[in-house]
Amino acid sequence: MTLATRERRLGWGLMAPALAWTLAFFVLPFAAMVALSFAHMDGRSIVRGFDPGNYIRFFTDWTLFKALVNSLEITAVVTVVSLVLAYPLAAIIAFRVPARWQRLALLLAVLPFWTSYVVRSYSWLLVLGQNGVVNKALLWAGVIAEPLALSASRTATVIGFVHFFVMLLTLTIYANLIQLSPNYARAAQDLGAGRIATFWHVILPLTLPGVVTGAFLTFVLCIGDYITPQILGGNTELTLPQLIMLQLGRSGNFPLASALSVVLMAVVTLAYAASARWLRLDRL
Amino acid sequence: MTRSLTAPLTAIALVMLASPLHAQELNALVWCDHTDPALIAPFEAKFGVKVNLKEYEGTAAGLAILDQSRPGDWDVLVIDAVDVPRAVEGGHLAELPADKLATADFFPELVMAQNNVVDGKTYAVTEKFGYNTIAYDKTKVDPADMADMAALTGGKYDGRIAIYDYYLPVLGLVALGQGVATADLTADTLPTLREPLFALRKASKQVSDVVSAQTALATGEVDIMVGGGEWVTAVLAADNPNLDWTIPAQGGLRWAQSIGVVAGSTQPDLALEFVNYITSPEGQALLATSSCYWGMPANAKAGDVLTPEQKTALRWDEQPEFLARAQLYPIPDAALDTAMQDLWTEMLQQ
Repeated sequence: MTLATRERRLGWGLMAPALAWTLAFFVLPFAAMVALSFAHMDGRSIVRGFDPGNYIRFFTDWTLFKALVNSLEITAVVTVVSLVLAYPLAAIIAFRVPARWQRLALLLAVLPFWTSYVVRSYSWLLVLGQNGVVNKALLWAGVIAEPLALSASRTATVIGFVHFFVMLLTLTIYANLIQLSPNYARAAQDLGAGRIATFWHVILPLTLPGVVTGAFLTFVLCIGDYITPQILGGNTELTLPQLIMLQLGRSGNFPLASALSVVLMAVVTLAYAASARWLRLDRL
Repeated sequence: MTRSLTAPLTAIALVMLASPLHAQELNALVWCDHTDPALIAPFEAKFGVKVNLKEYEGTAAGLAILDQSRPGDWDVLVIDAVDVPRAVEGGHLAELPADKLATADFFPELVMAQNNVVDGKTYAVTEKFGYNTIAYDKTKVDPADMADMAALTGGKYDGRIAIYDYYLPVLGLVALGQGVATADLTADTLPTLREPLFALRKASKQVSDVVSAQTALATGEVDIMVGGGEWVTAVLAADNPNLDWTIPAQGGLRWAQSIGVVAGSTQPDLALEFVNYITSPEGQALLATSSCYWGMPANAKAGDVLTPEQKTALRWDEQPEFLARAQLYPIPDAALDTAMQDLWTEMLQQ
């Protein structure tokens, strides 16, 4: 046996547990879900077969399709707002905070996430309520005369999401910024570039992998989240994960739930394909 | 043995000695009110068993768990009383010995043989009940208005209403508002509910599950909850005595939950003991005042165990009138159930 053959076998041997795990807990369940998505309900019984009816229904029934539209709209807003807030925060921590305090700054940034996700969402419900901290502060400052209807709305859902994802994006962008040599900015400024031109033409392109990686993770986690819109959105509109949960918990319509889940997977795959060029998941 | 190992091993031995060693474990698929330790601890202590509780939400989810489990995985099932026939049809419930159940002490209306007995065989027993009607904050809402469902969509309370996120009782209430008895709700009458349901949705601020509804009422986020009742207000009564509920002139709905032994249980006798403990006066009083949500006990003898304050919060003395005015949940067949859920989904997406 040659050395190359032995090394190849060793490589496969080392990969085997991970491959077996992926096959058993991702590939096979996913295949089962795809197969189930082509089944249909007869009363309360599942009839297996190849019936594209669930997909046809999703794309022709506005009540169902609107759930995807809502999810995409919320995810787009959350991703953009989180990016706009996270980039400056990451830059301040990377360039303005002294090196010895940076670890503490990052720790403080992620501190809220030591609490449960569900508890945090209910806490936002109280903060954004009619008698919550936000409305009381605005009323006290004389900014508003009547309490704003913040809770049980899309605004509340977006705020809850942004609170979470700003921190995630801050970490991915910070990881990129901290690796940048200050010589890039110095060279650009030596060549006559102003601060804005330096940022736009030098810093931003170099940190794009961190930005896109964070944005992709934000997209994936946000579009698949059920808890935040359920608690903070007040069921004033349905997102795709909420629609899937309705099929599972109430209707017992597993074929339709499977089809909706496949659609969700397809959307995430498209997002991956669109951002793959810049993705650097290894830098996380 | 080195000295460094002695201390931790001694500690582990002491912890093991201090922990109760249970010879048996009972696995129960339940609603959140059963997860109150105060309810379960007396049974565990009496029988020296550990009761493992798994909470589920929605009958479809509960039945799916049973479908995917092996026989013997589960011993006890708590289920919406209207869904007992569905669980029996799926082969999930074992027959109970009717002569060993405490139903003779129950409020007569709560024996609910039409739900718990299938083909002459008893499969479950009612354990708790209450009402889906109108809950409200009496300091912010005119209680006289709450006597008429029409007031909800009259404009006066726009944006101050939460709808309980469960299609069966709310569609039942909307049906009552249209003069349709819940038993008469069919595929033909369902379309007549569309307009009033959507009008109610338009007047409301949110559609909420149990916890969100309680939070919204307690914090003043909303002043009215359609579908609410004592299960929302009673648990908050100590902190917020302004919360109240009523059955409007058009009527209200009565909810009920049942408990039974899962078919294929390897310890049916112990499971039956658990059912009998839950439906005993002591178990009933603890279940009625569970920390998750309160509700009336099915066993009338629980009245001897409940405190006067607890009975006041449950409005014990008014039950004869409430029972007379409340109707049962609609019991849709599969096709009507799907149509009702589609209408509900459409309402949520408005």
